[in-house]
Amino acid sequence: MNVQPTTNALQEKKYIRSNEPVFWGLFGAGGMLTAFLTPVMVLVTGLLIPLGIIDADHLSYDKLHGFASSWYGAAIILVLVALPLWHTLHRIFHSLHDLGIKRGRDWQQVICYGFAFAVSVFVFTLLLQMLTQ
Amino acid sequence: MSTQATHAQQAVVDKVIEIEILRYRPEQDEKPFPQGFEIPYHPDMSILEALQYIKDHLDSSVSFRWSCRMAICGSCGLMVNNIPKLGCKAFLRDYYPQKVTLEALANFPIERDLVVVMDDFIKKLEEIKPYIIPERDEKCLSEGTYQQTPEQMEKYAKFSMCINCGLCYSACPQYGLDKSFTGPAALALLARYNRDSRDAGSAERMKIVNQEQGVWSCTFVGYCSVVCPKGVDPAAAIQLLKVESSKDYLIGMFKPD
Amino acid sequence: MSKRKPYRREMNNDWWLKNIFYSKYMIREGSSIFITLYSLILAWGVFRLSQGEEAFNAWLSALQHPVSIVFHLLVLLIALYHTITWFSLAPKAVDLYIKGKPLDGKLIVAGHYITFTIVTIFCLIVIML
Repeated sequence: MNVQPTTNALQEKKYIRSNEPVFWGLFGAGGMLTAFLTPVMVLVTGLLIPLGIIDADHLSYDKLHGFASSWYGAAIILVLVALPLWHTLHRIFHSLHDLGIKRGRDWQQVICYGFAFAVSVFVFTLLLQMLTQ
Repeated sequence: MSTQATHAQQAVVDKVIEIEILRYRPEQDEKPFPQGFEIPYHPDMSILEALQYIKDHLDSSVSFRWSCRMAICGSCGLMVNNIPKLGCKAFLRDYYPQKVTLEALANFPIERDLVVVMDDFIKKLEEIKPYIIPERDEKCLSEGTYQQTPEQMEKYAKFSMCINCGLCYSACPQYGLDKSFTGPAALALLARYNRDSRDAGSAERMKIVNQEQGVWSCTFVGYCSVVCPKGVDPAAAIQLLKVESSKDYLIGMFKPD
Repeated sequence: MSKRKPYRREMNNDWWLKNIFYSKYMIREGSSIFITLYSLILAWGVFRLSQGEEAFNAWLSALQHPVSIVFHLLVLLIALYHTITWFSLAPKAVDLYIKGKPLDGKLIVAGHYITFTIVTIFCLIVIML
């Protein structure tokens, strides 16, 4: 293609593709879930059940263990518990930069996403254990 | 004019408003310092007119950029009470009787007083190839113009209204924190060309978008769109480019180039 | 000789306290700390669930502690703030055109709130079943 000579210098520039789309995708999915479901989840598990407004039988061991022992129940619990972390740790990682903590960005990234990954694996393992019991 | 009207006007003229300008004269100052002025208050007076009053009547050394006085040249951007505004589009009546503080646009180096160095911003605008790159550029004039429907124009019209005033860079904390970020106006302009049906340069421009310094430095603060005097909405442009970049990333995984 | 000496202003780490818009942005980002803690409480609940009935009931009764109630009330408010900010920015990420005109942002936001209400009521009914 015929390009103006002035842009030749720019064309030599190396462009490095960022891996951010992976984390941004998880951030977006987690954020969407958090926006729609976290308020009602907090309301139920943190307020209505502990305060006895909804009878604790609705979140009893038998009921929940039965749910967690089904493959679809396990999948729902994994998503509800772990996906928000990929949203929040992404925000925390970027907030560190906002607060001017510029040193060791690579390590900050490893620790932030590593934390979300570790908790995801932890919950996944527990659910798998209950599923195969 | 009736006597009554003259009196009413006189009463308004008697009111004064305090304007504080952050001065910086590179040939004699180590760092900027505030200087206060008192000028007659008129409800229809713009910040730019106030500056012109100061330059004409109080201190001719005050420097500021301006041209059209009607929010189209994009020259008179400055911080009014710490918020990026066009001097010609902000009015004293919205601040009176409080003091108005004026400072050069944030996130840019100060050249002198209210004049900033915009070189980095201009470089970024040039970098995104802000011109139509047609699919085949040997189309002869005799073949006519590149046609476009109103629907096709609607896709990019909003992002084409930029006047390059720099208010969005001044409002962007991510640009403030890291000057390598391509920034709101340049990315909105990039979206404007990528979304144009006559353009075939998307692949070239996506290389800029896909970088860490491209759209991925943006954390969707959204203040760029709030301060934009032309309703360009750079935050939306960047958000849409993030979606495009993610698609491009997926394609790149299966078809590395 | 040039007298040019461009002055660079430092951006302090408290920049987000100087403008209410930035402060609200930081609260939005800060919501993630509370939601992280809530997710960890749930993850712990799954752990206790895997340990058996006694352990799970201990987790449930720990949630009745006044500190837990106050904390969850705080998380609820902050989570709702996240929801409001998420919905208000949603139109910027939508690229839909109807008859060549961009879809009205107010419609997109309203659609989100309607869905939110339906989802919330649905979840409350499901848990009561």
